[in-house]
Amino acid sequence: MENEVREFIQTNYILTDDHAELGADQSLMDLGVIDSTGVFALIDFIEETYGITIDDDEILPDNLDSISRICAFVQRKKA
Amino acid sequence: MSLERLTPDVLKIDCEKTALMIQSVIRDQVFQTLKKQGAVVGISGGIDSSVVAALSAAALGPERTLGLFTPEQDSAEDTLDLSRAVADCIGVEAVLEDITPVLEAVGCYRRRDEAIRTVIPEYGPNWKSKIVLPSVIESDQYRIFSVIAVSPDGKRMKKRLSLSAYLGVVAATNFKQRTRKMLEYYHADQRNYAVTGTPNRLEYDQGFFVKGGDGLADFKPIAHLYKSQVYQLAAYLGIPEEIRRRPPTTDTYSMPQEQEEFYFSLPYHKMDLCLYARNHGYSAAQVADAVELLPEQVERVFKDIENKRRTTRYQHMPPLLVSPVLEIA
Repeated sequence: MENEVREFIQTNYILTDDHAELGADQSLMDLGVIDSTGVFALIDFIEETYGITIDDDEILPDNLDSISRICAFVQRKKA
Repeated sequence: MSLERLTPDVLKIDCEKTALMIQSVIRDQVFQTLKKQGAVVGISGGIDSSVVAALSAAALGPERTLGLFTPEQDSAEDTLDLSRAVADCIGVEAVLEDITPVLEAVGCYRRRDEAIRTVIPEYGPNWKSKIVLPSVIESDQYRIFSVIAVSPDGKRMKKRLSLSAYLGVVAATNFKQRTRKMLEYYHADQRNYAVTGTPNRLEYDQGFFVKGGDGLADFKPIAHLYKSQVYQLAAYLGIPEEIRRRPPTTDTYSMPQEQEEFYFSLPYHKMDLCLYARNHGYSAAQVADAVELLPEQVERVFKDIENKRRTTRYQHMPPLLVSPVLEIA
């Protein structure tokens, strides 16, 4: 799952030739990788790819601000 | 920075001095720099355009200031009356251009409704809607737009927008601001006038404008003033009280929508103080009492200010060239 999420982020948000790997714990918001429009796309991706529904009160940095947090959140939701 | 606490007094201005300085700059910019004969001001019935129209009339003369009213089918019922009240008050000629037929022709309403239907399938032509953001001060929640829709029989629904729905609604709605600006330039070209922009500092700093729409102008005479300061100038310039009492609204969606729920998440006087504090190096603790928030809530507002600056930076950028054309720099 981690590779899948990383690939989605790198493909959709890091539209440069810099292929340096995004760290699993790096803040996506602080890196400027995800802006307010990017959060929409990330939610769409997670819901469609993993078949879960994200509630409004779950759209938090604790759940979505790094690759590792996204993976942990999805695993909790699917458990 | 000392540990002094911030108070609303920091935003008090000498209105006479400020108005005279702006009028002098307007005269210089319009006549000397832009080489134009006057100015067109889109008058919306809101506080910012009222103040800009009054400043323009005082600077250039009422006979060299043209007001433009551009209501459309979603405008509030009092928009046109308030706009007329401003033009009458400052003594400028004004032209009415109902932009509804232009927006219909370009598919503004149809495209917007199609985008909304992707999340609310039953949304129909007689429904009303607006898009809203969650509060910035209540939680760390990322701020994702939802659409609120009301059916003709009063059924109210709220749905979070998908990315494509959000982009579709915004892209369609932006026709409104761009159509208005197109008509402002038409009337300006016809008279060899310049076109004014009416953003205040909050809007300008936080990217609360449409590129090529209300963001487009030849000069922006109040972009350096906090909204509270615009209200002070409005009182000084004699703008009618009903306009000074009206809550800031986008007047863009078919349901009433205050700027606070659409973009800023705080009343303007609190947002002003937070922006001032951020700009002058105050800590969240120093501003918290003045805006009646907890320091952690002010921190969220500070973060939101920076986030908006980052995400709307491109709106301020001129077209990017591969290589500078020095001859016209």
